[in-house]
Amino acid sequence: MSEAREPVTGIEAPVYLQYQFTAGRAPSRFLSALKQGRLTGQRCPGCSQVYIPPRGACPACGIATEEEVTLSNKATVQSFTIVYIPIPGNPIKPPYIVANLVPDGANISFIHLLSECVNEEVHIGQRVQAVWKPEAEWDYKMDNIIYYKPLDEPDVPVELIGKLGVDGREVQP
Amino acid sequence: MSGLKAMSAQRDIAIVAFHQSDCQASAGATNEVELIMPEIRAVMDQVGLHNAQDVDFVCSGSCDYLQGAAFAFVAGVDALGAVPPIRESHVEMDAAWALYESVLKIRMGHADSALIYGFAKSSPGELPIVLSQQLDPYYLAPLWVDTVSLAAMQARLMLDAGKITEADMAAVVSRSRRNAMNNPHAQLAGDLSVEALLQEAPFVSPLRRHDCSPVSDGASAMIIATVEQAEAWGKPYAILRGIDHRIESHNLCTRDLTDSPSTRRAAEAAGVADGAIDVAELYAPFSHQEIILSRALGLGEGTRVNPSGGVLAGNLMMASGLSRVGEVFQRIVSGEARRGVAHATSGPCLQHNLVAVVEAA
Repeated sequence: MSEAREPVTGIEAPVYLQYQFTAGRAPSRFLSALKQGRLTGQRCPGCSQVYIPPRGACPACGIATEEEVTLSNKATVQSFTIVYIPIPGNPIKPPYIVANLVPDGANISFIHLLSECVNEEVHIGQRVQAVWKPEAEWDYKMDNIIYYKPLDEPDVPVELIGKLGVDGREVQP
Repeated sequence: MSGLKAMSAQRDIAIVAFHQSDCQASAGATNEVELIMPEIRAVMDQVGLHNAQDVDFVCSGSCDYLQGAAFAFVAGVDALGAVPPIRESHVEMDAAWALYESVLKIRMGHADSALIYGFAKSSPGELPIVLSQQLDPYYLAPLWVDTVSLAAMQARLMLDAGKITEADMAAVVSRSRRNAMNNPHAQLAGDLSVEALLQEAPFVSPLRRHDCSPVSDGASAMIIATVEQAEAWGKPYAILRGIDHRIESHNLCTRDLTDSPSTRRAAEAAGVADGAIDVAELYAPFSHQEIILSRALGLGEGTRVNPSGGVLAGNLMMASGLSRVGEVFQRIVSGEARRGVAHATSGPCLQHNLVAVVEAA
């Protein structure tokens, strides 16, 4: 070939696939409770750990978590980060706090926002409380809780984070 | 050495347990963990094991495109009891290939036992369209050629070449539906004559709707081990005598779609011809493909083909291949058969084929 051709550097082949997604039976129970303003976990009948959000099985034991546990609106900061980067489409203005929070009564953390706080003063072990939207706006979603805010309670020692009962006291083995 | 034939020279592998869920048109809200857990529990109970901690290796087969949930196969690990950490692997294929990987692991001496499972939740998407995205990404996938249309082209080639008749296809369906009446997990079963089936309207010509396997949700699981381990467990087992898989070009135009040379080669390497075959479970998602496969495997009058009804009675994508092996295993352990062949397929028009030979211990 004497004539040099333009190299083909790409083709357009958009992919559209539509799905009727379902969350799962256990996550559906969690979402239904959330719509009623209740944060729930599920307890493993084997090791007694309480999971939030529940997915239907205790990943440690591999058995179904059937027992529903209503958790407290109070939680403890397990870890956190301060976000300075604006995320496209995110209505929250940086800098803001994303935290791993363990609600009282659960044994693992979930991720939520922390607000009404001095960012520089947020620390591990800090006590926080859920701020819910008005009841009329509750839906099957996690942002029924707008964010968590600091609570005027003594810090939880690191070794006790994830070990508090729903009453906020250490669970005795 | 071609394939994994004559495994007796090294470590004999025993199939010890198998279970499959019902094939459901829709599993509703059930997620992957909830689909897998009962099947894992069932095979664990068959052997008397607690959870995945009690086997040396775990391997699964699934495809996240089916349900449209990214990393669903990772979430599925929640069904295992993976604390403390276990040795685990996954194939984005039918779990029959997870079985193959597990066989390699045991033969290499890296494990003495393995748990294998596959799960399918195809109902949330439009399966024939979803599967079009497994075609080559430049020429075919952008055309959205669906699996049913490709299979229909294959059937048309066979009819025009005089290799089958529409009555032959209907006979496959009639036998599948009748056999499925004895399969409690089947989705489609019934007593339908060839004449009645031929009265049905075309769907994607020359295929009628009944020539195509249904879309099904469900899961299956299996436990294999060295014969020594199986003896130690003290449960009935069958021997996996040979297993091999071969793949053909992704370019459909370079293939002879009226034949399955990859199945023939896999069968040779797995040692299918080394003895009589009492039973065969073939993964033929379309009726005419069962005829292609039976011919490629050299099956004769003495072989019962798809006594479970096969996948025309219920097709758990990514689990049906493993289930074919499991169906043969169950018939051998029950004494119904002495020697059987299981087949699994993947890709359009039987592109990739796995053949396993299972024998009485």
